[in-house]
Amino acid sequence: MSTRRALTCSLSTLTTLALIGLCGACSSSGGGGSTTGPIKIGISLSLTGDFSADGLAFQQGYELWAKAVNASGGILGRQVSLDIVNDASSPVQVATNYQKLISVDHVDLVFGPFSTSLTEASSQVVARYGYAFVEGAGGGPSVFTRGLHDVFDVSLPVANNLVSFAKWIAAMPASSRPATAAYATEDDPFTAPQLQIARGILEKAGVRTVYNQTYPSETTDYGPIATGMISAKADIVLVGTLLPDVTAFIKQFVQQNYNPEAQIATAGPDQGSQFIQNVGANHTQGIMVPNEWYPTDPAPGNAAMVAAYLAKYGGTAQDISADVAEAYSVGEVTAQAVTADGNLNQTQLVAELHKGTFQTVQGPAAFDSTGQNVKAFAYIFQWQNGALVPFSPNAAQTLEPVAPATAPIIFPKPAW
Amino acid sequence: MNGSELAKAVIDGVLTGGVYALMAAGLTLIFGVMEIINIAQGVMVILGAYLSYTLQVHAGIDPFLGLFITIPVMFLIGVAIEWGFIRRLATRDRTALSILATFAVAIVIEGLLTQFYSADLRTIDAWYVDRSWHVLGFYLPYIYLFGFALAVVLLGALYLFVYRTRTGYSIRASMQNRTGAELIGIDINRVSAITFGIGSAATAAGGMVYGATNTFNPDSGYDLISRLLVIVVLGGLGSIGGALVAAVLALVIEDVTAVLWSPVWSSTMFFAVLVLVLLFRPTGLFGQRAVRAQ
Repeated sequence: MSTRRALTCSLSTLTTLALIGLCGACSSSGGGGSTTGPIKIGISLSLTGDFSADGLAFQQGYELWAKAVNASGGILGRQVSLDIVNDASSPVQVATNYQKLISVDHVDLVFGPFSTSLTEASSQVVARYGYAFVEGAGGGPSVFTRGLHDVFDVSLPVANNLVSFAKWIAAMPASSRPATAAYATEDDPFTAPQLQIARGILEKAGVRTVYNQTYPSETTDYGPIATGMISAKADIVLVGTLLPDVTAFIKQFVQQNYNPEAQIATAGPDQGSQFIQNVGANHTQGIMVPNEWYPTDPAPGNAAMVAAYLAKYGGTAQDISADVAEAYSVGEVTAQAVTADGNLNQTQLVAELHKGTFQTVQGPAAFDSTGQNVKAFAYIFQWQNGALVPFSPNAAQTLEPVAPATAPIIFPKPAW
Repeated sequence: MNGSELAKAVIDGVLTGGVYALMAAGLTLIFGVMEIINIAQGVMVILGAYLSYTLQVHAGIDPFLGLFITIPVMFLIGVAIEWGFIRRLATRDRTALSILATFAVAIVIEGLLTQFYSADLRTIDAWYVDRSWHVLGFYLPYIYLFGFALAVVLLGALYLFVYRTRTGYSIRASMQNRTGAELIGIDINRVSAITFGIGSAATAAGGMVYGATNTFNPDSGYDLISRLLVIVVLGGLGSIGGALVAAVLALVIEDVTAVLWSPVWSSTMFFAVLVLVLLFRPTGLFGQRAVRAQ
């Protein structure tokens, strides 16, 4: 090789390396999109698979928010467009999706997927590119213990979801307090911690644990678990579920004429019309579920979101899944933070999210150093006559109906 | 844990196992005759569930009565799939190719179901879904009792068809030696179409009961197929009786393990039994040799 040719090769190599370095610098500062045209937002959702009921509700929430924000002029004067891809409820696929959305599709922003487990699976990938990861359904403790500073959950940290319920039971007079409790949960970072904390409170109050099982999330035959709870004759039942398993448990309880005094599930009963269709309207009375949002929540923008939902999808306000509000809130928080920054720089966005307080349809949101929403509050909801009624604890830990509802909480739960 | 809890687990296992046998019987029959593995069987069970659901919700037809419509419909769908996808596979590497072809069929069916029904979870409802027969201290849900009775009747009918009819003889001849059957004048294409049709028709019944005892959406078939494949391997590929015994055994083992120990170990225990059986009987409980001896 001649000296001239060697020099040319060396220069080419150096130039290439410099370009790679520049590209690396670009990607590490985040925000790979263009500065004109619509703001592209990449989202991975579970449109099929175990989480599809929630994933589809999330899609509705994101799309409603995008429509609303575009109607009001967009963000920074630019319209937003959603790039939603299906992860089939797979932790592997969700990570791949975000990698592609950021590094190939060069989206400007990313919004979170559904579920704690999928948020956990994808957060590391998103962090690698320096993107802010605002999400609405990754509230399990495991999401916030990974040392990431760019994850922000606009919803309630789920570990404390059942605390109001457990304290309500614990505060009852000994003569009327349930004596025994049964616990069954999926092996899932969203459900299991909630039951663990509630069990601690109840056991401390003298409520004896007579059944406690964790089952694999891929379980399809729930019969033995239901039988275990029924045989234990527990006074109250706490289950860590999503819609399929809570439906199976309720069906088994009905079939075997088992009537606990109170029954609460981490998720499933919050799925509105889908829950009613699956368990039957006559079997919803008295069933409870913790959550942060309800259709008549006076939070700013909530009434408009509910109206937009009903206009687009029909039905009644009770049909609206809380997932819709969670997704909608993700958009609201991100839009407010980006607007405050005046640009799409991800480093600035992360900083703004850490310091700001934001308004959402679920109420205010502000984040601690781990990304948990410190302003969020858990209501306990109970199905009463076909409607999901919110309750909040008073100073004596008694659950009081949230206005405009006035009917007291139903306890004990009526027979099926 | 007490004795009645254990007894309930055994009863639940037997009743649920009957339903799984119904779904697995079609799979094992198809393998026995055609030497193909129908990965789409799980999705076809879900298709059967959707057909029953549709008849019930939109036409008010009871799910069991609806089987008089859904079973022939699924038979025709099976015949069409055999003609459109399976018959065209090369003879060489047929078994391996069938996995790809039927996986494609599964994806197409899943896509169509998602298009028509969305991914929302659904369930089939009827008066017998929520009610039970209270006997000897046990609550036995009518849906499981009716489902088990249906499985026994349909598997019995399938057995009689395969072992007591002229077409059944052709099917068994094809199971024993496909080339030999062709040489003695059996129309292999016709036998294959009928077999795939019967295997698909069985999913109509299995799907109806599955849909009444579980929530389902278009994606639910993938949870089923792995369990169905394991059942037919344990029972012996090609054996209808083996499918029944293996399905009941699998569900009883899982349910009893969940009660005695923990649900976490249910599948592990079943697979341990499967491995043990295959160590001593590589063809499964009622594998090919046993079938041919019947």
